[in-house]
Amino acid sequence: MPMQDSFIDIRGCKVRMLRSGKGTPLVFLHGANGLPGWLPFMETLSKHHDVIVPEHPGFGQSDTPDWLDRAGDLAYFYLDLFKHLNLGKVHLVGTSLGGWIAAELAVRNDTVLASLTLVAPAGVRVKGTQMADIFLWSPEKMSRNLVHDPEMAARMMPVEMTEAQQMLVLKNRLTTARLAWQPRLHNPDLRKWLHRVSVPTQILWGAQDQLIPASYAQAWCDLIPSSRSTIFPSCGHLPHVEVTDLYCQTLTQFIREVTP
Amino acid sequence: MKFYFMHLMPYADLDLDYDKTHDSAWNTLPNSYYDPKKGNVLYNRYLDELEYADVLGFDGVCVNEHHQNAYGLMPIPGVIAGALARRTQNVKIAVLGRALPLLNNPLTVAEEFAMLDNITAGRLIAGFVRGIGAEYHAWGANPAESHDRFHEAHDLIIQAWTQPGPSVFEGKYYQFEYVNTWPRVYQQPHPPIWIPSQGSSETIEWASHPSRRYTYLQTFTPVAMLAKYMQMYKDLAQKQGYEAGEDQLGWSVPIYVAETDEIAHREAKPHIENFLNKFLRMPKEMLLPPGYLSLKSMMGVMQAKSAIGGKQTIDDVMNKGMFICGSPATVREKLAGYQKQIGFGHLLSLMQFGTLPADLTRKSMTLYAKEVMGHLRQDAAQSQTLAQVAAA
Repeated sequence: MPMQDSFIDIRGCKVRMLRSGKGTPLVFLHGANGLPGWLPFMETLSKHHDVIVPEHPGFGQSDTPDWLDRAGDLAYFYLDLFKHLNLGKVHLVGTSLGGWIAAELAVRNDTVLASLTLVAPAGVRVKGTQMADIFLWSPEKMSRNLVHDPEMAARMMPVEMTEAQQMLVLKNRLTTARLAWQPRLHNPDLRKWLHRVSVPTQILWGAQDQLIPASYAQAWCDLIPSSRSTIFPSCGHLPHVEVTDLYCQTLTQFIREVTP
Repeated sequence: MKFYFMHLMPYADLDLDYDKTHDSAWNTLPNSYYDPKKGNVLYNRYLDELEYADVLGFDGVCVNEHHQNAYGLMPIPGVIAGALARRTQNVKIAVLGRALPLLNNPLTVAEEFAMLDNITAGRLIAGFVRGIGAEYHAWGANPAESHDRFHEAHDLIIQAWTQPGPSVFEGKYYQFEYVNTWPRVYQQPHPPIWIPSQGSSETIEWASHPSRRYTYLQTFTPVAMLAKYMQMYKDLAQKQGYEAGEDQLGWSVPIYVAETDEIAHREAKPHIENFLNKFLRMPKEMLLPPGYLSLKSMMGVMQAKSAIGGKQTIDDVMNKGMFICGSPATVREKLAGYQKQIGFGHLLSLMQFGTLPADLTRKSMTLYAKEVMGHLRQDAAQSQTLAQVAAA
């Protein structure tokens, strides 16, 4: 089935949504740098799942609604979106900022979830272990620091952009600041309620993550009793890009194990 | 035209080789570079310079707010303004801060300014700014909320000054059951409000609105841009049905005066270049956090990339009219020309910059006051008399 690239309107907020595949629904929530497009890992997962990838409100071609102040606002929005699409139980996968939104969603209502996968999620701060300051990273530093493999980083180096592309980058950074500037990349209240998540949960992390250290994986496991973690060796902040095959295997195997 | 003496109070004893290991004099430069013993001497020297401006007959002195940096040591400008309130007699005291969006409680500014206004019997000029981008890193204030918080904090302070208390404030960012500021402001309905900016059409539009008519102050900008923004203010005023007066337009610029053009150039060169290349140094990401400018303005800045970064020389900034430097005659001629062409009513001279030492600062101040300010005032008075004669 060809990938559908369309817009959906939820209570006056128009968001872009990529969708392809058949099977149980799997929703992927992207990180702070936005939605680059239909990535190879999405294609792989769409062989077994109805893969749904929304572009967050405030990002890319989606609207920026007046009500958007916090990651929790997006959690409520996605609960509305799931209901609107009548998805039933979904496998929810979120990476970085998207992982934070996924966790906020799960503490609000995990009865709509079949499973939860958080990939190097933001949202929780471990005292004494600082995250890096993405807001001081230049575009070059961003490319260099997000992945472990220097050759891949070189391929990701910023290129000349059209005005429209530049505008999207600025829009994504603005919304990221709105949601995550202060408190930086986390919600101090979230950790109080993560114990409410009772669906099967896995935490995935790249061992060489330079943005949020891999030691955070254990903190998340401690906060969510129904969780387990996997650390990918030789991998930075973007496992779905850097170790795509391993990432897809791990995800598929987890879903197979936890689905009755 | 009115003349003001502006200070930034830089940490002039900064180890200038810091940039071999650090990319900025702001936020990330360790404060172990600051020596409190040297700081004590500097603070008192700078206060002396501000007090000397009163003796020399300036119309006002201006203090400034910046956080966590070597560029300006007045994170809480009210402390300096308070010290000046009792030691000066005639000058207006302009606090240019405060950076409203950084504050959790803007009523602190309503109170602080009201106290200064009372102590000085109305010599206070109230500055409201958003701060520069680096401030949002320093204080953890969200730059994406900068514009909205600025407007809301402004509304709250004006309410505290002008509405009989107690009143209620119901904002998005600030909520108060009792807005009832003691003391009330001395100047009625409130002290003059100045809006310093590096040039933003949104700010000019807001400041020039008929309900506000605030003095717009253009800071450290090429003179061509200055002319553009001042004209923008006048045009916007006209469009909204009134004529903007000189009193609504101000310019803040570093100035150095010496015996001859050649001496001035030689004496100022290392210090203005330190100001530009050492004290102002910061990466683009620190200067322009997301949301600090509107997306449209940000696109403009991105396209004019050359404006940020890169070493600048004294000649670069002199050619652009960002630094006025020379003999009294040269400085007089330049200022008179710009004033005539652009029509600003407030001229703020930054006369200590970077590493400029005390003796040169004082020499330049004295020459400026005696041989520039005096003449320009006389010329203005003469042309006014002529105008009156012509009108009679």
